[in-house]
Amino acid sequence: MNSPSLAACLIFSACLFCTGLAGVLLRRNLILILAGIELMLNAANINFVAFWRHHPASDDVAGPVMVLFALAIAAAEAAVGLALVISIFRHYKSTNPETMEDKSS
Amino acid sequence: MTTVFCITALTTLASAVAAMSLRNLVHCVLCLTVSFIGMAMVYLQLSSQFVGFAQVMVYVGAVAILMIFALLMTRGGQELFMREWRPMHWLVGGLVSLALLAVLVGSILQSPVIQNTGPVDKVERVKDLGQSLVYEYLLPLEALALLLTVALIGAALIALPPKQHPIKPQPREDS
Repeated sequence: MNSPSLAACLIFSACLFCTGLAGVLLRRNLILILAGIELMLNAANINFVAFWRHHPASDDVAGPVMVLFALAIAAAEAAVGLALVISIFRHYKSTNPETMEDKSS
Repeated sequence: MTTVFCITALTTLASAVAAMSLRNLVHCVLCLTVSFIGMAMVYLQLSSQFVGFAQVMVYVGAVAILMIFALLMTRGGQELFMREWRPMHWLVGGLVSLALLAVLVGSILQSPVIQNTGPVDKVERVKDLGQSLVYEYLLPLEALALLLTVALIGAALIALPPKQHPIKPQPREDS
């Protein structure tokens, strides 16, 4: 099975990263901002696996191990981030980051 | 570049763009799930099976469901889109990401590293992966277990409702 070339994988992950960045910059909903961050993390993971696949060393698994660690950390980040979103929604009654102001004053 | 990779990459990119631009937030998260599945298929084509299936389990099985739950608990539905439509923001944000894309693609195409094609029959073996996790990366694995425990407890604590005050007599307006 011939696998995709390194340049194709890198350009694909660059497009994914820029899509996630555009989502983080443009959307005004905390959950979608988290989704954009997840897209960017996944683009970096694709780069790790692509570089591992095209590296000459044959018995090295550093790329997949790195991706596994990144997966676990991204899952923890998503859990804590969504809990924060729910807590923020309970306080401000909104998930739009622009409507949040200091309510204590 | 194979045809299968082209189809997978185009589907993934289209659903990622849809996830970042649709108006209904539930549709956004569903498109994001399709995009995660496409990335898992890219991992499979790069002959990294375990990572592909872990991606399906973690992202499609956990993160997408968590996002749907959070969306529905924060009222979900329609974003106030047209009322807050500001073309300048979209123009500047889109230009920034397109400029970053141009820089990345330009530097990838100029880099000498893409000439490297690598071995033809490289396959990730789960046995090697497990052995290297337990022998070589044991300390990071333990630290990761600790981090996941802390994240679990922290997420539960943060999302708990604030402690209810003991019952106080409310002033009644009728009567």
